[in-house]
Amino acid sequence: MGMVGLTMMVLFVLLALTAPLFVDQADISVSTAPGEPFEPPPAYVLGTDNFGRPVLDMVIWGSRISLIVGFTATLMTMSLGTAVGLAGGYYGGRPDTLLNAFTNWFLVIPWVALAIVLASVLGPTLLNIIIVIGITSWAGTARLVRADTLSIKERAYVERARALGASNWHLVTRHVLPNVMPVIFANTVLIVALSILAETTLSLLGLGDPTNVSWGTIINEAFTAGALTAGYWWWLIPPGVMIVLVVLAFTMCGYALDEIINPKLRKR
Amino acid sequence: MSVLSIRDLRVTYRTQGGGVPAVRGVDLNIARGEVLGLAGESGCGKSTIASAVLRLLPQGTKTEGAILLQGEDVLTMKPGRLRAVRWVGASIVFQGAMHALNPVKRVGEQIAEAIITHQQSGEQEARMRVGALLEQVGLPSRRIDDYPHEFSDGMRQRVMIALALACDPQVVIADEPTTALDVMVQAQVLQLMKSLQRELGLAMLFITHDLSVLVEVSDRLAVMYAGKIVEEGPAQEVFFEPRHPYTRALSSAFPQIGDERFRRAPSGLGGDPPDPQHIPSGCPFHPRCPDVFEPCPDIEPRLFNAGEGRRAACLLVQVALAGGAGEGT
Repeated sequence: MGMVGLTMMVLFVLLALTAPLFVDQADISVSTAPGEPFEPPPAYVLGTDNFGRPVLDMVIWGSRISLIVGFTATLMTMSLGTAVGLAGGYYGGRPDTLLNAFTNWFLVIPWVALAIVLASVLGPTLLNIIIVIGITSWAGTARLVRADTLSIKERAYVERARALGASNWHLVTRHVLPNVMPVIFANTVLIVALSILAETTLSLLGLGDPTNVSWGTIINEAFTAGALTAGYWWWLIPPGVMIVLVVLAFTMCGYALDEIINPKLRKR
Repeated sequence: MSVLSIRDLRVTYRTQGGGVPAVRGVDLNIARGEVLGLAGESGCGKSTIASAVLRLLPQGTKTEGAILLQGEDVLTMKPGRLRAVRWVGASIVFQGAMHALNPVKRVGEQIAEAIITHQQSGEQEARMRVGALLEQVGLPSRRIDDYPHEFSDGMRQRVMIALALACDPQVVIADEPTTALDVMVQAQVLQLMKSLQRELGLAMLFITHDLSVLVEVSDRLAVMYAGKIVEEGPAQEVFFEPRHPYTRALSSAFPQIGDERFRRAPSGLGGDPPDPQHIPSGCPFHPRCPDVFEPCPDIEPRLFNAGEGRRAACLLVQVALAGGAGEGT
């Protein structure tokens, strides 16, 4: 299962990286679209949208945005979550109580509502979408990292390092963090899937960057153009399938990693 | 001047059920080049003393008295000074080397960590020193880049010893360094520690529950019971001619192979060490003492002189002392 996920993941990354080789950017521009509106397949393999842009080209190009947002938002989520979790877990006491309350607060806020508010306040640019996803999804990671830190900071080698005069910063970065890393790593892959889904959700709700083609914006445009009632299935289904496949790939990898890192989950 | 001097040390752990006195007024002195053995059952406060010397006790623990490392009180040091003193003033050989080494870092890095933390030496210099240290404890220096799991228990303990020596400390505290090892390896590690101690003229505080080990390595011996020293003196004398009934019970629990006395009367000590929260009145040892007499439950004995350089906290010793003094004059 892990290998299937990994293969799919690599294929998607390759697709995103090599997209400029198959897709002419002029073809997915509204003003220089090559086709007639609403051409069904097999014209341009997957038909065209309301501006005459080939759906296939848009879907391929969309993988770039989806993956960029997925990876950068994940980076932000992980850094925030790791910092908060490590600090709270390591220092304990009052700082921990405060950080934990803060984490819980973010955990219980319905994220779609918060994300919509933030996205509309900050404005629909790609960077803002990334920031919104980062801000709304670090809490789970913080929880996980905090729990692991609590256990690792009590290990004898941390006390040994303290005994030899190491500073708190040194202890956290050199002894606690490397031992929390496996958990963070397994979590990261899952968070990528969630971030891609989050980007799609926000774009679908019309909060995405309208100047960039992502899977979410394609579906959003299809919706607003009435693709569902008009029966333009070729416009809706491909981006949807891509999202499902990418999320599936990352989730499979995430679970496989989790299983490798946490032997209790391994089947005998 | 003693390298390490502990004066009236009292340590009280804070728990939900109130304060637990683990160490109740301990005085210890270790001179340059001297090995002091500290013995006692589990829970008597031995390891608490070890942690207290480098101020490693959990937050909220009450520590009173003074711990003088080269005349400087560890307990009142500022954090920066404390960190500088750790490992240079005193280092610790921890028990259970498996757990005291970080599993995700190479052993060389972990030893170099101490050197780099305290000396302004570069990576390359530190690496040279680590290689030399490994050779010194009998490990080939090419194993510098191995991970802890690639070593056996005994070798890991050697790594811990190399680590303890990394910054040329004034005192090495060995906290049950051989407890988790099997007997053969234990003998090798002890041999190593003894020869290193002689070679480098180290002062050492050697903590274990195993009296027979202590007699081999230490110059002087202190026996603890319920957070206090109950007997102290030259190692051989304390072990072979104990004055305190508790020491007697401990030493007779180790049979001397070939000695008739031990074959005829193997002995041990009944009962359990006292709960630190409910220490018996008077002499804390009286409920288990084979030689208990009337005043024991009421009077807590201080350390009485019990011969040349020896002290014992037992009313019987006081009686003998009074009697001896009376006869003498």
